[in-house]
Amino acid sequence: MTAVDTTGTTSTVAAPAPGVRGQTRRHGLARQLLSSRKALSGLCLLAVFALLALLAPVLAPGDPSLINSSGSQGPSGAHWLGSTTKGQDVLALTLWGARSSMLVGFTVGIVATGVALFVGLAAAYFGRLMDDALTLVTNIFLLLPGLPLLVILAAFLPPGTATVVLVLVITGWAGSARVLRAQARSIRGKDFVAAAAVTGERPLGIMFREILPNMASVVMTTLLGCVVFGITSQAALEFLGLGDTSVVSWGTNLYWASSDGALMTGAWWIFVPSGLCIALVAFALALVNYAVDEITNPRLRSAQRKG
Amino acid sequence: MRLILRNLGFYLVAFWASITLNFLLPRFMPGDPVSRMFAQSQGAMQPEQIAQMSKLFGLDDRPLWEQYVTYVKSVFTGDLGISISRFPTPVTEVIGAQIGWTLLLGTTALIIAALLGNLLGIVAASRRGGLLDSAFPPLLIFVGSFPYFWLAMGALYLFGVSLGWFPLRHAYDAGLTPGLNAEFLANAGTHLVLPALTIVAVTVGSWMLGMRNSMIATAAEDYITMAEAKGLSPSRIMFRYAARNALLPSVTNIGMGLGFVVGGALLTEVVFAYPGIGFQLLAAVQRLDYPLMQGIFLTITAAVLLANFLIDIVYVRLDPRVRVR
Amino acid sequence: MDPVLEVRNLRVEYRSDGRTVVGADRVSFAIGPGEIFGLAGESGCGKSTIANAVMRLLKPPAQITAGDIRFQGRDVLALAGGELRAFRWRQIAMVFQSAMNSLNPVLTIGEQIGDIFTTHEKLSRRAARDRAGELLELVGIDPERLKAYPHQLSGGMRQRVVIAMAVALHPRLLIMDEPTTALDVVVQQEIMAQIRDLQRELGFSILFITHDMSLMVELSQRIGVMYGGRIVELAAADDLFAKPLHPYSEALMNAFPPLTGPRRELTGLFDAPRTTDSCGFHIRCPPDRSDCSMNIPDLREVAPGRWVARSTEGDLR
Repeated sequence: MTAVDTTGTTSTVAAPAPGVRGQTRRHGLARQLLSSRKALSGLCLLAVFALLALLAPVLAPGDPSLINSSGSQGPSGAHWLGSTTKGQDVLALTLWGARSSMLVGFTVGIVATGVALFVGLAAAYFGRLMDDALTLVTNIFLLLPGLPLLVILAAFLPPGTATVVLVLVITGWAGSARVLRAQARSIRGKDFVAAAAVTGERPLGIMFREILPNMASVVMTTLLGCVVFGITSQAALEFLGLGDTSVVSWGTNLYWASSDGALMTGAWWIFVPSGLCIALVAFALALVNYAVDEITNPRLRSAQRKG
Repeated sequence: MRLILRNLGFYLVAFWASITLNFLLPRFMPGDPVSRMFAQSQGAMQPEQIAQMSKLFGLDDRPLWEQYVTYVKSVFTGDLGISISRFPTPVTEVIGAQIGWTLLLGTTALIIAALLGNLLGIVAASRRGGLLDSAFPPLLIFVGSFPYFWLAMGALYLFGVSLGWFPLRHAYDAGLTPGLNAEFLANAGTHLVLPALTIVAVTVGSWMLGMRNSMIATAAEDYITMAEAKGLSPSRIMFRYAARNALLPSVTNIGMGLGFVVGGALLTEVVFAYPGIGFQLLAAVQRLDYPLMQGIFLTITAAVLLANFLIDIVYVRLDPRVRVR
Repeated sequence: MDPVLEVRNLRVEYRSDGRTVVGADRVSFAIGPGEIFGLAGESGCGKSTIANAVMRLLKPPAQITAGDIRFQGRDVLALAGGELRAFRWRQIAMVFQSAMNSLNPVLTIGEQIGDIFTTHEKLSRRAARDRAGELLELVGIDPERLKAYPHQLSGGMRQRVVIAMAVALHPRLLIMDEPTTALDVVVQQEIMAQIRDLQRELGFSILFITHDMSLMVELSQRIGVMYGGRIVELAAADDLFAKPLHPYSEALMNAFPPLTGPRRELTGLFDAPRTTDSCGFHIRCPPDRSDCSMNIPDLREVAPGRWVARSTEGDLR
């Protein structure tokens, strides 16, 4: 209970329009993110990986799958990260792998969040029957065991990167949809939404212009979560041999490492780099996510330090 | 009671949806996977078996709805077809022989992770700013960032290959016959440690964080302040007033967690060549054994739905508020 | 007689992220044995901060930075650990704002009342249950309801349960923080009557906190009016009611219709004269508005037992 704040804000400034409020809040979020150590280190890490992925053709020119040395050599001057059992350069495979993994991860994240956003907003806005139907579908998808469903779908569909993306979006949107629906519903109940409806704004306008800007931080967290899901699940699918094994990605690198028996011969340098990269990207995203959480829900901050 | 019935209805709908998905997949997927399968297993099958399988997979001239009715009927009578890779064993038998290992692995890991995670969460919330509260969450997030199977590979390499502390594969040594004797149980136990620990390692963090946040939210409730004003001791407030309420979301998470563990165990089983149904599922995929694939998917779905239903019943016992609704 | 509770120059600050907000400042008052003392003021003026400070329930970021609190001569701020726990509820009990929120939804009423006896009187569970049953009877609830969960009771019944809990150990002082705010008017009156009866019977003092001046005048003998974390007027209830001296007291009185007496036109709280840099209740707002309490003058005794915040230059009005 703050005694003085209330007295300070009693001046008769007109309440800002909802759209404006959403915007200032978003800018506030971006600024707070940049001043949070967690978020900043996460974003830097992501930037490094994005750069590495973009510069892969420059840093490691030529086909990364090319066999150019004897197999299973440990790290050396010629091959910084050693070579695979077949004799490919691990560094080149890792760099090029970033391209596919990051691309698929972010595509899955964005598309799945888009689907979830649409479902969540529609359920919250229209309510009643629409809400019941969409919630039912969402809950079913949430309950169906994800990985087996992934495996089944991938087994029936022709192998390829597009299949991987499609399958991951199908299995990945539901969790976010539930969160977004709950948030949108609480905003739906606010007066300014009712006001917008009275002034004759169209449903789509209300959903995306009135409700959406006020849930920016939740959308952000679910998006980051979806990207993490996309990257790790793609790796898992490909590790199981259910992706396109001719594409170079972190997941297929691990698939080949495992099927060529790198693990049993003790060639750790073959499977460590790709796994570490996945973990670092996921960790970076999780850091940003954690920071967003802390900013929007200050109670979670640990008592002494701030993000 | 009404809540339980409503949820039961929902689970039935969900199960129906997965049956329908199973029915539609082989019929509408491009590339005609079923023909591929038949081409591969032509020699082994009797003509009447081929006829039966074609019915199951839609190579059939009857109208779609008729096929659908037959399909649903056969699923509910427990007829999931015949495994092709293990011809001529029925799918149900293959699943029955292996589901026990998955349940053992999954529930062991789930129970350990949930107990440990919730306990750590309570401790972290009660010592805000302490070591557990400030250092553990980032560490757990970091560990949780590693791909599940990759950690499992790392553990296998480190503790199995390098140190030789634990066996590398399978659920028990090849020479033993399964039975309820000390030797077999101990052997199965040592085979269980590594797979179960890897699952615990990557899941315990989310349990802990969930419980910690739930505890922090609960601690801000008026009834906690009231309990404090009443002069109750901190431990009594912690466990009797806060933890019980904060645990409620965790209980529902167990249902979800089970789906994750049964599904996620697939990867663990693959890495450790642990003979559960996840391992079998991948084998079925590799050998284009569609009947087995679908049977396993349905079984896993049914198990997850059943578990969630049981959790609902437990939840109603724990939270008096939902009893009246 | 010596006062039961004496609060002197209390200052509470909320410190977070390098920002400090003052929750209460230079608050002094005393409550005599059997006296009903009221703290009035709008939401956020610092009333509940005072209540929580007296019970030592303030949690970070709130902290007491100055002043002292004495209960029957004992220094409350020096209590710690087991001493503090034994002090709570046995000496001072509290009725919180919302009974719905102050009862744990997953424990029965009986368990929550019984807790008090098992903790403070080391009673067995069974004996504690019996005592809990007697308490329920005291506030007119069937002891059968011990097995009920909070959501199974009506709002009025829940508040009675909370009041029963408060008097369980016969404390010398009862703090009531907006005890009837969430209830409808009829139930509100029943609860108020109940409180008066219990007070007559058991003879405890009450620190009564509300923003509702009509309830306040009805129950309290002396009243402190709080504004911006400071007490701006301290007077006997009748005097204050007859002629509020501080403009804020007057505005607060006018914001609620009296239950009896002639009809009067209501005025809003902030219909008081105001300029760009003052809300009308104190002389001048600080530029950053972080600590308005600085500009509220100290209390001065204008008549025996009658204090008002007024600058030395003379009357505010």
